[in-house]
Amino acid sequence: MKTIKIDIVSAEGEIHSGDANMVYVPAQMGEVGIAPRHAPLLTSLKPGEVRVEDVDGKEHFFYVTGGMLEVQPHLVTVLADTALRGDELDEAAAKKAQKQAEKALEGASEETDLKRAQSELAEANARYRAAQKLKGK
Amino acid sequence: MAGDKEILNKIRSVKNMQKITSAMEMVAASKIRKAQDQMNAAKPYADRIRRVIGHLGAANPDYKHPFLSERDIKRVGIIVVSTDRGLCGGLNVNLFKRVISDIAEYKKENIEVDLVLVGAKAVQFFKRLGGNVLATTTHLGDRPKVNDLIGAIKIMLDAYNEEKIDRLLIAHNEFVSTMSQKPDMKTLLPVSSIDENDESLQAHWDYIYEPDAIDLLDGVLMRYIESQVYRGATENFACEMAAKMVAMKSATDNAGEIIDKLQLIYNKARQAAITQEISEIVGGAAAVSG
Repeated sequence: MKTIKIDIVSAEGEIHSGDANMVYVPAQMGEVGIAPRHAPLLTSLKPGEVRVEDVDGKEHFFYVTGGMLEVQPHLVTVLADTALRGDELDEAAAKKAQKQAEKALEGASEETDLKRAQSELAEANARYRAAQKLKGK
Repeated sequence: MAGDKEILNKIRSVKNMQKITSAMEMVAASKIRKAQDQMNAAKPYADRIRRVIGHLGAANPDYKHPFLSERDIKRVGIIVVSTDRGLCGGLNVNLFKRVISDIAEYKKENIEVDLVLVGAKAVQFFKRLGGNVLATTTHLGDRPKVNDLIGAIKIMLDAYNEEKIDRLLIAHNEFVSTMSQKPDMKTLLPVSSIDENDESLQAHWDYIYEPDAIDLLDGVLMRYIESQVYRGATENFACEMAAKMVAMKSATDNAGEIIDKLQLIYNKARQAAITQEISEIVGGAAAVSG
């Protein structure tokens, strides 16, 4: 019997990797079952359960909050998200990051004072080197 | 004697400091491994997603996503990843120096720079020195989460989509070894062309897209950038811990030296006091008997 390689990864780590007889994935348009030699498919995922039936017929379950699914005839890749996503949620996160910037940088000028930055950094570096030298004595 | 007591007090306080720095050194040392593991854990995802993008490029030669095509540069965005805390030697200073010199370089060519800051140290630095900061995110903790980065990244991606910036860079420290970290500046957007020679793919084929090719490509590319930034954040954290360990080790050594010196001074002072007392007694006795 033919098998298909399955990789489940998230940005924060590898979740599962191995060969399988059959993989069930919660795709955006409904659950899909993927057997070996499935046609190439690219789709996004809904929150749900990824079910992997491995070569020994044992079933493995993984919960995903969303992500991407890529199917090649010999290979299934599940790119799992580590966080709940959605346009509105992303938008809210972006707003938050923006607000944080406004709050943290209140009163700061928009132009970088390059001369001052460079001289301050040079000074810090000189101080650091001086400390190293003193230590070497 | 008052002088003696002062020196003893000083020795005690330096000893306490040494205890703290050596504890911090040990904490950092134990965190390096975990941080490195986390940094490496991000790799498979980035590799896979690169592969998918490569496949997509091969399947859709006609459609060119803005993230994949070069534009004339009028404005650039830089994501600066710094640490949240100090006491890690010259790590942040070196990074900022690199960023500032790059900004100066762009300014020379009349290219404006927008910034997104990750980490409290970068926020402090640019608050003092100014800069067009679009977004910040701080306090990522020991395990940076993609979730904490999404918002800041989205701001930059939106700016890129709206052609407010024409190139996106990320600046963070690169983990060379425990003893050495060096500031690094990488281009995130446009994504450099990904050449994947996958022979298993036939010349003419395409995916079945559900629901829509362009949206899916968007999603994949967005996640790719996010995974790159996430990797930068985890790598920078590993650098922070390594730099902290080295800095705290040298602080502990320095404290040891200071203690030795103070001990010497204390001994000398005590000796001098005893000598003086003896000579006073001898002098007194001589005066009485004389």
